[in-house]
Amino acid sequence: MASPTIPLKLTAKDFKSDQEVRWCPGCGDYAILAAVQGFMPELGIPRENIVFVSGIGCSSRFPYYMNTYGMHSIHGRAPAIATGLSASRPDLSVWVVTGDGDALSIGGNHLIHALRRNVNLKILLFNNRIYGLTKGQYSPTSELGKITKSTPAGSADSPFNPLSLALGAEATFVARTIDSDRKHLQSVLRAAAEHEGSAFVEIYQNCNIFNDGAFDLIKDAGSRDEHLIRLEQGQPITFGRENEWSVVHPEGSFGLRVQQGGTPLVHDATVEDPAYAFALSRLSGSDLNTTPIGVFRNVQRPSYDEIVRKQLVDARSQSTGTPEEMLNDLLGSGDTWTIL
Amino acid sequence: MAAPAKRVEQLDRVVIRFAGDSGDGMQLTGDRFTSETAQLGNDISTLPNFPAEIRAPAGTLPGVSSFQVHFADYDILTPGDSPNVLVAMNPAALKANLSELPAGADLIVNTDEFTKRNLAKVGYPSNPLEDGSLAEFSVHPVALTSMTVGALAGLGIAKKDAERAKNMFALGLLSWMYSRPFESTLRFLERKFAKRPELVEANKTAFRAGWNYGETTEAFSVRYEIKPAKMLPGTYRNITGNQALALGLVAAAVRSKLPLFLGAYPITPASDILHELSKHKRFGITTMQAEDEIAAIGAALGAAYGGALGVTTTSGPGVALKGETISLAIALELPLVIVDVQRAGPSTGMPTKTEQADLNMALYGRHGEAPLAVVAPKSPSDCFHAALEAARIALTYRTPVILLSDNYVANGSEPWLLPSVDELPDLSVSFATEPNSPDGKFLPYLRDPATMARPWAVPGTPGLEHRIGGLEKADKTGDISYDPENHDFMVRTRAARIEAIGVPDIDVEDPSEAARILVLGWGSTYGPIGAACRALRQRGLTIAQAHLRHLSPLPANLGEVLKSYEKVVIPEMNLGQLAHVIRARYLVDAVPFNQVSGLPFTAATLESMLEDVVKNG
Repeated sequence: MASPTIPLKLTAKDFKSDQEVRWCPGCGDYAILAAVQGFMPELGIPRENIVFVSGIGCSSRFPYYMNTYGMHSIHGRAPAIATGLSASRPDLSVWVVTGDGDALSIGGNHLIHALRRNVNLKILLFNNRIYGLTKGQYSPTSELGKITKSTPAGSADSPFNPLSLALGAEATFVARTIDSDRKHLQSVLRAAAEHEGSAFVEIYQNCNIFNDGAFDLIKDAGSRDEHLIRLEQGQPITFGRENEWSVVHPEGSFGLRVQQGGTPLVHDATVEDPAYAFALSRLSGSDLNTTPIGVFRNVQRPSYDEIVRKQLVDARSQSTGTPEEMLNDLLGSGDTWTIL
Repeated sequence: MAAPAKRVEQLDRVVIRFAGDSGDGMQLTGDRFTSETAQLGNDISTLPNFPAEIRAPAGTLPGVSSFQVHFADYDILTPGDSPNVLVAMNPAALKANLSELPAGADLIVNTDEFTKRNLAKVGYPSNPLEDGSLAEFSVHPVALTSMTVGALAGLGIAKKDAERAKNMFALGLLSWMYSRPFESTLRFLERKFAKRPELVEANKTAFRAGWNYGETTEAFSVRYEIKPAKMLPGTYRNITGNQALALGLVAAAVRSKLPLFLGAYPITPASDILHELSKHKRFGITTMQAEDEIAAIGAALGAAYGGALGVTTTSGPGVALKGETISLAIALELPLVIVDVQRAGPSTGMPTKTEQADLNMALYGRHGEAPLAVVAPKSPSDCFHAALEAARIALTYRTPVILLSDNYVANGSEPWLLPSVDELPDLSVSFATEPNSPDGKFLPYLRDPATMARPWAVPGTPGLEHRIGGLEKADKTGDISYDPENHDFMVRTRAARIEAIGVPDIDVEDPSEAARILVLGWGSTYGPIGAACRALRQRGLTIAQAHLRHLSPLPANLGEVLKSYEKVVIPEMNLGQLAHVIRARYLVDAVPFNQVSGLPFTAATLESMLEDVVKNG
């Protein structure tokens, strides 16, 4: 495909489309959009080689607002559509924007299969723990007992932990960030963009209409230090106002524990065994009481795209002749006979 | 193998059915007999018939697998209604097929399997070989298994392996009976068992033993010859519909100079297309076995968005699942080929049996006004050309196209006159490279006046960055639009652009030019309808035949053709789906004739129905 002849010096403004942004005033999506548009120039990739693919839901309007190539597809199917695009066009940077209903309910199957294949996609899951576009039903990440329009007596479903799910599918890059923390969000996007293969990023996003304040515990200045665990590669995992809390691995236990004092684990996202990152993902549940953010897992394995591409290149290099000649040979292969 | 000393009779056509347990290798035996017959230059048509179970319990009726081959010294259109010869490898095979055998037919039975236990398994109270119930047939009892084991005695192979070679004994016997050249079969055995030389020897020995048995035994007094058919000059190969369809897609990739991306989920009877295409990566063909039917079409659509020839292959249940994505492709106006190898429904239905009952789904099975193009192949080899035609329409008019094959053509085979690659249609496309509006903007829904297609602007093209989606789009700009008049306009435009697709006029075959009755078909019924029409004409009756390749849009001259006949008869393997379309669209009082048994029409069924219409109106 063509590439620009003059290296472009892009700014956030270059990534804003001419479409009027139509999320509710105060929606967390605005902050994410601004953070993404602000980060995009860093990619150093021409706009035309970037594609945003989304499904259905509030978050899935995202591609309309990005001045790149974009497809607003159908509910839950963005990872599948993006897989075909990415596998056939290795020159593109393909981003999937999805929500908790889109990715984890109707599209759950495509999400886990994209992750297990390690397709070269950057998947941004905006998790607001509610259905917004359909006006306030519970989602697969809503807490058990949640009272919504469709669950007046409380939801009877246990929620998914999106990171545990992604890690169960052996995703090679798994991270979590928060809509309101632009600096952290962009640092996670940076790491995701650098990763070869599937990068799964959960972004806690506030729906101020149907689930306002869902993440206040880890956002508000008064409470966040006691509940938010910032994972930093190579750093001990500690938190609290005085860093008094440590994440430790009790001997004989499969999981991790939060305790005062003790020897904190030193975070290493490159541990091959997904059990470590999985244990980290289990520290937080619906209550957000001890919630890690940052990069949980970042390991290397060949991407689906790379393997598929190699098979094509190998097959071509092992054959001779023009495509027409090869076709002629193929049509005439097997037992043939000639009538004069 | 010395020259035969027996009486030789000339025949013009023969139908042989090989029937046995699904583990007896009947498909392989039929395949080899077909290949030998092709080498001889007879015209051929074949029909496999097998259970969905991979290995149903041995010796039971549900476990019977058969392969029918029809060959002749003239051009034939069907695998034959009923066999002249039945090879029955066990009592179940006899019982399952006997009712279709006409009186006087040859019956070759493997007597070794007619044990008390095997007879009881299929409910025979007494041995039909002994109780006189087969008196109207010419029965040839052959101890196939024990003679095979005997012939292989010196080779030192396990008894089980020796018994398994009995299908080659049967093939050898039949090859002798019908004077088939056998060199290709011996070569085939060498290839197939290359890693086990002892089995090459065993199978070759069994084949020769069968041949020699025919020559020496008094049980077979006559040998038959069928002269080569007069066929157009050229190089031929025998091909099934699924193979031909896959090769047609490869050809479409070559002739469009595009990479081909196949997204597929395994499903009977379409999986063979995935298997075939997965072998041809050197053509730039990517095959993805997706996690489900929806992902399969999603990935194909994503690849099409990126500039590939996107294809998904499936059967009816898969098309049902793909419906929403097909609608998206209609809204996005991107090229996409959806192959539906129809099988008997509803639900799981009968996965290995044929039907044409997905026409309504192909034409109408989506929410909203969601028109697309529909193409159907008429025979196994025609699947090649139909696939190219589907790709041509998809690429030229930027639309999803449903290619409606079915189990009958997909698994049936016939000789295929190999086309010249240079003469295949040129499918090259041009991607948009520059803004298309005077103000320097790019309008993704500005149409080409000739084709009504919008530009195919693939990611990676500088200056054409744009967003598309399933929400209704404003004309030209493609921006989201809820404007009522725009929606009305876009709905009508999407319908009009499918109607405007260029498809050839329908031809009518009526040698007499005096027929009052027209029989109209579509898809795989071409063979039996054609054979029935020929038979009627040979008896001095007149009838016209027309066959639809394009179901959407319909050929422009169809209305005129229909109205020039007193009566139009439409045979279909459904409850009258095309007949409904024809009646509604042309106000023609078409007469439906329907069979939904999972089996193709026989020529005889259609001949007697059409005879009645021709004679009695």
